[in-house]
Amino acid sequence: MALVQIENVSKTYQMGEIEVKALEDVSISIEEASFVSFVGPSGSGKTTILNLIGCLDKPTAGDVFVAGEHVNLLNRKHSAAFRGSVLGFIFQSFNLFPVLTAYENVEYPLVMIKNISQSIRSKAVQKVLKAVGIMEQKDKFPAQLSGGQKQRVAVARALVTQPKLVLADEPTANLDKKSAINVIQLMRSMRDEFGTTFIFSTHDPKIMEEAEVVFTLEDGMLLPGEESK
Amino acid sequence: MNQIFKMAIRNLMRYKRRTLLTAMLITMGILMVILFSGLAGSFTKMMIGHITDSNLAQMQIHKKGYISSIDSMPLNLNLSQTEYNTIEKILQNNPEVEAYAPRIKFSAMLSNYAETTNIRLNAVDPEKETMVCPDVENRMVFKDNVRKKIFVKPGEIIIPKNMAKGMNIKVGGPVVIVAQNRDGSINGLNFIVAAIIESVLGPQGKEGYIHINDARTLLRMEKSEVTEIAVRIKKFDKLNPVYAELKSSLLKFKNKKAGPIFEIHTWEKLSPFVNIAKMINLMTIFMKLIMIIIVLISILNIMMMSVYERVSEIGTMIALGTSPGKIMVLFISEGFFLGLISAVAGNVIGIAGLYLLNIFKIRFSFSRMDNLLLSPAININELFWLTAIVLLVSVFATLQPAYKASKMEPVDALRHV
Repeated sequence: MALVQIENVSKTYQMGEIEVKALEDVSISIEEASFVSFVGPSGSGKTTILNLIGCLDKPTAGDVFVAGEHVNLLNRKHSAAFRGSVLGFIFQSFNLFPVLTAYENVEYPLVMIKNISQSIRSKAVQKVLKAVGIMEQKDKFPAQLSGGQKQRVAVARALVTQPKLVLADEPTANLDKKSAINVIQLMRSMRDEFGTTFIFSTHDPKIMEEAEVVFTLEDGMLLPGEESK
Repeated sequence: MNQIFKMAIRNLMRYKRRTLLTAMLITMGILMVILFSGLAGSFTKMMIGHITDSNLAQMQIHKKGYISSIDSMPLNLNLSQTEYNTIEKILQNNPEVEAYAPRIKFSAMLSNYAETTNIRLNAVDPEKETMVCPDVENRMVFKDNVRKKIFVKPGEIIIPKNMAKGMNIKVGGPVVIVAQNRDGSINGLNFIVAAIIESVLGPQGKEGYIHINDARTLLRMEKSEVTEIAVRIKKFDKLNPVYAELKSSLLKFKNKKAGPIFEIHTWEKLSPFVNIAKMINLMTIFMKLIMIIIVLISILNIMMMSVYERVSEIGTMIALGTSPGKIMVLFISEGFFLGLISAVAGNVIGIAGLYLLNIFKIRFSFSRMDNLLLSPAININELFWLTAIVLLVSVFATLQPAYKASKMEPVDALRHV
């Protein structure tokens, strides 16, 4: 079975009396260790599909399987546990905890979610910090880092638990062009180094060029022709 | 847990001004309670001490029914010599009893040969009375202000200040006391005024002192009767248990109708000051309630603001897989630490405030007592309970915002700007 299997998934939001169809009958399959991008204009359903894969939301219809788990059926507690052990997240606005240093931000999932001992934690954090090239900034708080550095810390935080899948919603949207390319290339090199599957959304053509598999969404529907490079 | 505490403390420091203002508000509430409790407690303790040590005694034992008819000072409800001996044995066998003293109380007419007025007399054994009410002599003004070894001897009388002033009676002057005994016969005796006594609670006081042997002569008592036995115990804190113990011992003695022969009362049943003390306690409770409301509202307010401002952060925590329980604990810890910081500051400043009040020596007047010196203090138990209340209320105030944070939908929280 593929790492991510989406079968006939639809998602409808109720906005007052209006029903908004965010996704309509989408079916896709993503293999392990791939570097995948969802592209499309604003409102096309990119974030919605990432939220469904990330167990942050549930579909109105259809089924989502991630790493063999039927994630629609998970309750709140099990969803949290599943996210903590199988998934990693990178956000558009970095979403680092402002009261923690870069090191502590990366360490957060190991302490708060996985309860891993200090010695193992330290090795794991240093390994990913070195890998993303942010070791020198480890004692700085997010407010003291540039956008590119923040996103590197976010990538390190997503990878530190060695997840099977990292989901990144518009990870380069708040970065300048050079930093954006650097971050995407970093994500790709991490995929190469750790074998982690990366799925990210973007509407930037330069960034989507970096993806190996591209799914295009428009008005909640998957356009025919998965683009593989 | 360390990570949660670290994040909680840093989150408090993140909004320094807001945290400081809230902590100051709670600190002021605690300070207010400590100062008020210290002052009120000191006032109450001093007044109770004054009343019990200079007039009433801590407990009194009477024949059953005496207190309910105390206004007429009946002589037919005296304790007989046998009854006195029985009670004396009980008191001697109780290790907590420090001293006891017999008293005969009756009303009489006092004359300075020109005018006559009524007076309520306490006939006492002065040596025993001093053991039970060690401050009784402090209320008395003797000739040339020289204290005597025995404050009242046979043939002497101590009369209330207002009465002495109104009837122009001086220390050393002669007076006549005329009283009616329980058989209805009237008798009179001459006395020399040994001292003038100030009343404890006000100008209405008309209580004088004579020697117990004079009372027996005046009232023509053939046997050694007493009206009451005043009791003092070693530790005032143990008043209630000792009272209960003595009461149960005394209740064993029944009359022919199987009713109790004796009754025992603590000062609380005998002095109207107990109502003032209750009022002061009520005010202290009210102060504590105000403090609880201050803590509750200020912490609830700051934590609600904190949750509202950190929706996206909470969404990130949930998305990363943090359990709802840990999110709750994080926010509860923030409220707890805010309460703890405020409680510690409040206690330190409160104790310093009490220390300053003791240095500057607050004096006041109450009724006819002037120049009373307050020694405000608060015991460690009260500080402990105050701190515990603040911490409990802090945690309680945080429950709702913490629960709200833990129940956020990650997809909505992450969308929040």
